[in-house]
Amino acid sequence: MPISRRRWLVDRRTILKSGAVIAAAQITSPFIIKARGETPIRIGMVDPLTGVYAAIAQGEVVGAKYALEEINKKGGIMGRQVELLIEDSANDVGTGVQKTRKLIDRDQVSFIIGDVNSGIAIAMAQVTSEKKVLHIVSGGHTDPITGTSCSWNVFRVCNSTAMDANAIASTLIEKFGKKWYFLTPDYAYGHSVQASFEKILKAAGGTSSASLVPLGSTDYSAYLIQAKAANPQVLINVMGGGDQVASLKQFVQFGLDKQMAVGGTLFELESIRAVPDAARVGWWTMEWWWDQPGVPHVAEFNAAIKKITGGAATARNWFGYASVQTLVLIANQEKTLDAPKLAHALSGFKLPPEVALQPGTPEYRAGDHELMSTVFVGEAHPPQGDPDNMFTVKNPVPGDKAAGPVEETGCKIQWPA
Amino acid sequence: MQSRKLIVLAAIWAALLFAPYWMAPLGGYTALATRVLVLGLAAMSLNFLLGFTGVLSFGHAAWFGLGAYGAGLTLKYLALSTPLAVIAGILLGGLCGSILGLLLVRRRGVYFAMVTIAFGQVFYYIAFQWSSLTGGDDGLRGFHRQPLDFGFFNIDILSNDIAFYYFVLFCFALAVGAMAFILRSPFGRTMIAIRENERRSRFLGIPIERHIWIAFTLSCFFMSFAGALYALVNNFADPRGLHYSQSGDFVMMAVMGGMRSFWGPLLGAFVFVVVQDYLSSITVNWMSFVGLLFVLVVLFFPRGLLGFFQRSKA
Amino acid sequence: MTLLLLFNITNGLIIGAFYVLMALGLSLILNLSNVINFAHGGFLVIGGYIAYALSPYVGFWGALFLAPLLTAIIGLAVERVLIRPLYGRDPLYSLLLTFGLAFMIEDGTRFIFGAQGKPMAIPAFLAQPLSNDLFFITGYRLFMVVMVIVAISMLFLLLRYTRLGIRIRAGTLDLETVAALGINVGMLRSLNFAVGIFLAGLSGVLAAGQIGLDPTMGTGLLMPSFIAIIVGGIGSLPGTLAGGLLIGVASGLTAVFFPAASEAVIYVMMAVVLLARPRGLFGEEGMMS
Repeated sequence: MPISRRRWLVDRRTILKSGAVIAAAQITSPFIIKARGETPIRIGMVDPLTGVYAAIAQGEVVGAKYALEEINKKGGIMGRQVELLIEDSANDVGTGVQKTRKLIDRDQVSFIIGDVNSGIAIAMAQVTSEKKVLHIVSGGHTDPITGTSCSWNVFRVCNSTAMDANAIASTLIEKFGKKWYFLTPDYAYGHSVQASFEKILKAAGGTSSASLVPLGSTDYSAYLIQAKAANPQVLINVMGGGDQVASLKQFVQFGLDKQMAVGGTLFELESIRAVPDAARVGWWTMEWWWDQPGVPHVAEFNAAIKKITGGAATARNWFGYASVQTLVLIANQEKTLDAPKLAHALSGFKLPPEVALQPGTPEYRAGDHELMSTVFVGEAHPPQGDPDNMFTVKNPVPGDKAAGPVEETGCKIQWPA
Repeated sequence: MQSRKLIVLAAIWAALLFAPYWMAPLGGYTALATRVLVLGLAAMSLNFLLGFTGVLSFGHAAWFGLGAYGAGLTLKYLALSTPLAVIAGILLGGLCGSILGLLLVRRRGVYFAMVTIAFGQVFYYIAFQWSSLTGGDDGLRGFHRQPLDFGFFNIDILSNDIAFYYFVLFCFALAVGAMAFILRSPFGRTMIAIRENERRSRFLGIPIERHIWIAFTLSCFFMSFAGALYALVNNFADPRGLHYSQSGDFVMMAVMGGMRSFWGPLLGAFVFVVVQDYLSSITVNWMSFVGLLFVLVVLFFPRGLLGFFQRSKA
Repeated sequence: MTLLLLFNITNGLIIGAFYVLMALGLSLILNLSNVINFAHGGFLVIGGYIAYALSPYVGFWGALFLAPLLTAIIGLAVERVLIRPLYGRDPLYSLLLTFGLAFMIEDGTRFIFGAQGKPMAIPAFLAQPLSNDLFFITGYRLFMVVMVIVAISMLFLLLRYTRLGIRIRAGTLDLETVAALGINVGMLRSLNFAVGIFLAGLSGVLAAGQIGLDPTMGTGLLMPSFIAIIVGGIGSLPGTLAGGLLIGVASGLTAVFFPAASEAVIYVMMAVVLLARPRGLFGEEGMMS
């Protein structure tokens, strides 16, 4: 017994010692690299690469990396190469905030992109405005980001929940009727989508009832039982991600799709891929869609992304792409890295066609820094031809029409002195 | 023997005092050091109960989260004062812990652990659902730590990272000093006696349940202190801080550093935070490595890093 | 209103049946080996993904049969290498090790299959509701209940009539004597673990058909299983059965009146049981002190 214990001790000691040496070498290496030559311009990206939003977060990263390749081929920012540093927020606010500080303090990034999770995005925005760093929210949807919590240095590519709801509400009312039932996830995002819809519905003289569903529910029977009893004309499924997948599957399995229509705002391509054919139904808003015949540059972008991921380009790919491109374009235009100057220049900045990848020239609205991007209203269906052709655009709504007036967002931007 | 302990203690405090300066060249950053301190305090508070009293609470993050919400709610709705927020956080978590502790102390072992998980999860769901007060899943935001105003001078802990680090270090020192004081007192000795052999302690006439309740309550107060500081670090409080997986992280830090030693959990927190921070920057699969670390520690270093070093000296 | 209540109770029983399947596996492992298997959700995920990988080749039914078996074999390997060194130590260590293992499984699944959720095809004849009124009882959910009943019966037969089963039951009561009687306790523990993991794998296949596949799906199903065991009583398999059904019904009913609390209510139940009657409904006094 004593002999084997001693042998173990020696083994563990050596493991520990060699581990420590290797670790030390790894940790000191960034220091060594900094001492060599001129540093490139860095963009920091914080997204939940692990956890429930991993699939869409990774989609944004793919788009961002592709933009980076293109940019560096064309000379980068003011002749300097651009580096993209990607950090995982692990869907946890503390981690997201910490990584943001790390990117700004240690890695000296000039710009920040992130987060898919709106709560984390807002917490990050507190750090970036404190440190005066330009911040693009690529994929967090809640209204306060360009509303009551807006900030001079924060700009958003994806739509606010109000924009999406406004774009599709009238279509749903005309096509199906005014008696609705909401399946709403019980947190800020869900509440705001429902509120946006209800405003328009009531103005049109409609009625609604709702089930507030806890996040992460796997079984929707109780709520669907209530929905069936309410007998609406449309079920508005506000759920997101895995919850939306599960609830739609069960909706169809229970045969409710024969009794009522289904629709809502987001039903992202990543989620459509995750449900069986029978559940690929309903009327939704895509924030960007890969199949836009007649619009230049879109097919090239789609082909390039397809080479990387093996599937068609999704809205998330475009969010990442547009975010990085925006930063580079504005920096090259103003020939500075100073955040307040760039922020002023970005207010009202219009995306060129090869970045916008949609009809028209969407701009970052000066009043709230929201990108007035087209909302693609349409219908989901099983694949037709291309395996990713699971959505047909029926009614693209220009962003500025879908967004309400700036006053309604509650945003008051205060510029630094 | 005494001088060796003093040297070690001096070394630890030197490292803590100069952390912003030696961490940066090694690829660290001040905010990382602050985070290590706060989570280290949390792990040490847990260890107060786990390592020194022998009682495993797997829902201890509840008091951590309550401390964070207490501090956040105070700053948001009551008063723009950092010290008041910290005190409010400590009181919220500590008082809830002491009240619930009364219900808990009759149970032991797995039962105790599972009840603490149950309570923790109930608080988690309350924080999650009472979104009008707590912000729900999006968390409590719209507040930030206020600069300390001493009348004739101001310490800006809001935008000055290094000043904030020293503020947290000061709080850490207060808490740790109190912990050390308690552990060295007759009460502390009794806790260790209970850990070593509960039955014998009972035969000696020690009121076990009362002692465990006091130890539990004290541990909750320290834990909420850490939680309040955490809210100040992030300028944010969210339900995930209450979840049992957060408790699991704290238990891991305590075990990894060494449950039987006073400073072990701080070392465990340091390793855990730094490894996670470093790995998640270089690979998306950092979770596998952290999980592997857990597995290896449990299999090969059950006494933790400090326990390993102490034994190898023998 | 009574119809609504009846619907929801039935619904709760169906949900509860699923919890029972998970909880039984967990209970087996806990009772014999004193191991708190926080990775049980991870094995559910493994079972589901293996079924997903196999079903293009052997169809749904083949996957249903093979995936739990393969998961059980993986479980056997895990037990031998990782868990065996922990017997005799404080249950804290097995809890922490399986906690870390759960991380590795979630990340490994994401690494191999990608973060994107995957649909799992179920036979078309099952994807229909029974009738227009009983629309929430789809063929698939009924099938799940049937499978759970089959699994429970087989477990019962295993424990009652086979030598392995008798030894497991004896070991739960007094492992030392069983060892003294010359039975290979190491092998017993391994096989017991494998049976538990088989049940987890089966849960995974069934869950995949219901909610699809996602690397993070294991965590949400783990806690209810623990609660089912505690409410029913640690050490008692019939207790776990009752516990699972009870929390399923409680959760289902609460979803009607107060949906926000539908998950919290089972934790409240656990707390109440632990404080008022720690041995649970059918447990024995002092099983885990």
